[in-house]
Amino acid sequence: MLHIPVLRRGEPYRSLNVNVLKDIRTGEPVTEVSQANPGLIVRDLARVGEARRELEAFSVAELLEICKRAADLFLNGDLPVGDDSQSPDDYVRGLSATTGLPEALARKNMTKSHYVLDEMETVLGGLTRGLDLEILDRGWGSQQGRRVSYRRETDVLGAVLPSNSPGVHALWLPAIPLKVTLALKPGRQEPWTPHRIAQAFIAAGCPRSAFGFYPTDYAGAGEILQRTDRCLLYGDTTTVSKWRAKPGVQIHGPGWSKVVVAGGEAERWQDHLEIMAASVADNGGRSCVNASGVWTTSNGRAIAEALAERLAQIEALPLDHPDAKLAAMPSLEAAQKLSDYIDARLGAGAEDVTARFRPEGRVAEAGGCAFVLPTVIHCADSSHELAHAEFLFPFVSVVEVERDALLERMGPSLVVSAVTDDRELMQEILTATNVERLNLGSMPTSHVSWDQPHEGNLFEHLYRQRAIAGPGIAA
Amino acid sequence: MGLDEKVQAARERLDAHVREMVEWHFNPESGCKFWLDHAAKLDFDPREKIHGYDDLRILGHFEDEWLRGGPVRRWVPKALADQPLYVFETGGSTGLPKSRVNIRDFQTDYELFSDTLSDETFPRGADWLMLGPTGPRRLRLAIEHLAQHRGGIAFHVDLDPRWVNRMIKAGNHQGLQDYKDHVTDQGLKILRGHDNVQCLFTTPKLLEALCEKVSLSKLGIKGIFCGGTEMNAQFNRFAREELVPGVDFIPTYGNTLMGLACCKPYDPADNYAITYYAPAPRAIFEIVDPDDPERLVDYDEVGRVMLTTLTKEFFMPRFLERDEGVRARPIEPYPWDGVTNLGLLTQLSDSVVVGVY
Repeated sequence: MLHIPVLRRGEPYRSLNVNVLKDIRTGEPVTEVSQANPGLIVRDLARVGEARRELEAFSVAELLEICKRAADLFLNGDLPVGDDSQSPDDYVRGLSATTGLPEALARKNMTKSHYVLDEMETVLGGLTRGLDLEILDRGWGSQQGRRVSYRRETDVLGAVLPSNSPGVHALWLPAIPLKVTLALKPGRQEPWTPHRIAQAFIAAGCPRSAFGFYPTDYAGAGEILQRTDRCLLYGDTTTVSKWRAKPGVQIHGPGWSKVVVAGGEAERWQDHLEIMAASVADNGGRSCVNASGVWTTSNGRAIAEALAERLAQIEALPLDHPDAKLAAMPSLEAAQKLSDYIDARLGAGAEDVTARFRPEGRVAEAGGCAFVLPTVIHCADSSHELAHAEFLFPFVSVVEVERDALLERMGPSLVVSAVTDDRELMQEILTATNVERLNLGSMPTSHVSWDQPHEGNLFEHLYRQRAIAGPGIAA
Repeated sequence: MGLDEKVQAARERLDAHVREMVEWHFNPESGCKFWLDHAAKLDFDPREKIHGYDDLRILGHFEDEWLRGGPVRRWVPKALADQPLYVFETGGSTGLPKSRVNIRDFQTDYELFSDTLSDETFPRGADWLMLGPTGPRRLRLAIEHLAQHRGGIAFHVDLDPRWVNRMIKAGNHQGLQDYKDHVTDQGLKILRGHDNVQCLFTTPKLLEALCEKVSLSKLGIKGIFCGGTEMNAQFNRFAREELVPGVDFIPTYGNTLMGLACCKPYDPADNYAITYYAPAPRAIFEIVDPDDPERLVDYDEVGRVMLTTLTKEFFMPRFLERDEGVRARPIEPYPWDGVTNLGLLTQLSDSVVVGVY
């Protein structure tokens, strides 16, 4: 059987404790994944300074070259996995089999990571607002006539990663050209992508020791979070809430992203139906940037009906079907349980408008997998539980509220696509503290510009501007 | 004597011991109130029907709920009523803790265990550090007795596992780390201040925490006896290869209800898999089908641990533990069934928070 090892300073390590990942269609084993015991992670993290020094011996320009080569290797190369070699197709099939993401979407996500690696200079330009990157090599320099210096805040970036979509891995990639080593804890079902990225970097000439890859349990994840000075944490509300108080942990919880349609644009809602549909259903509705709400100042009912009709066209297809757009649930029971959860909350002002367009029900089966079909809820009450719910499939609540109550009632959002001709409302959204990413105008929430920060700026997470002065510095 | 004959002899010894213990516990002159009351409700006399280990089946399964709450004296055999009594708690993560009375059993258990330790790595006359749960548990007294039995003194640092579990449940990561530091710092003071401490008992988590700060072999530690729910093959390997290379590392499995199981001596061919053998005939375990505990699983198959304790102080027939493992074959030093890869029962592992200390 294929074996995905732990990587300790980039060296494969086979644990005596392995987790077997199964094909969600057949239950057949796909791969063994070595599990790191928490103490092993602690031991490696204690020695991470050496690895950082090896990485620091490279200039940012050299590391950007490595990123370019890694981009190509990640997308096209045969890369090692334990004692085996993994082609891009092997990777896509493995990923799809254990996570339920359709192969077509797995390939699409591959191009996201490829893009970020290939265009890393542009990405860093966005994160540093055009800093001369040689300043990170030299330690200080001049920018627009001012002396600047940045202090690295950590030797290692920890990342406790999710299984929902391989696209999220694009977010930690800039750490390497920023000369920070990695301690990655992959999602249980998705060791594939971080392992393949690490191997692509190593094959491209990056020091092997920069990569710690630790499939592990809850306690092991806790050690990464506790012992790295900078860390990314992905998880549901319960998981992330326990770490909010620790400095250095950047939280990536549920997205609760939304399309806001207001003012005159709410009268012209038909013009924006496609971007609403894309916001909800792109990437199988699995990303934090997928909209779980459409908040409007008028025509809520009509929008819900039209969106339901449009999204009901998305069919459940086998995972290897080229047109597959929905990700499979772990099992039929899981799909049914999720569907029942929604049903139990209908009524009291919440109606499943999609039901009329798919008489066979919300749960479907295809190619040996179970799916929950796209679901549009019309919420008459903006405080209804479903108006603030988010699930791992295309699910959206359409909520109509008065303009003045909109911002406060909609709660926190990772992404808002604000489609409105109401200039004052636009200004209020710009100054709102509960909106992270902001798209102004008719654009899907799922649109990501990689030269913009995402839920916190990774450069600012890893570096801090320091005051620098003294006769030792040439003007 | 070949292994088969040893197995046969051990079995005969077990059957004879079962007869002796049943006679003791169900005789109104010597038995405890609990078992005499229990026998009164049966439609047979256990002393007449039970002639060997297999016959214990007619008593069904011991329920650990019977140990919750008092009066604890109902467990004291009449013939031992004038002896000094200890009471030890077990569990306690939820609800009222379960208690077991004890007179000398824990001392006997650890004296027998002492016979399996090497005099080179656990030298006679060397002192011990016990870094782990003391409090209302048997462990502190047991380790202290082990040290004394081998001519040494035991130094203690307490760890309160219930407090640890509370912090874990509350997600208090910093508090947990502070507490771990608090415990290990005290341990290090003892190690640095007392040259003759050469033997250590601790839990896997605390061993890791100590090794983060110091080299235990440089501080003079020669033998480590380590137990806790985190012990598994990977930890055994990690400890031997990385944490304490060159130190004699002995994993153990023990609890208040059984006593102390011994570990199969280290053999590279086992690839660090840990196999435990109960201290028969004082205690014995069988590995049974979790869905049908009347069926013993085959060798090398996974099953639930069913424990029987047979001492004059405590009679506990066929208790279904919360643990599972692979049924292991008898070996020369322990010619009866053992268990490999012991771990929490899969059916329970999602719902129970245990021993992350």
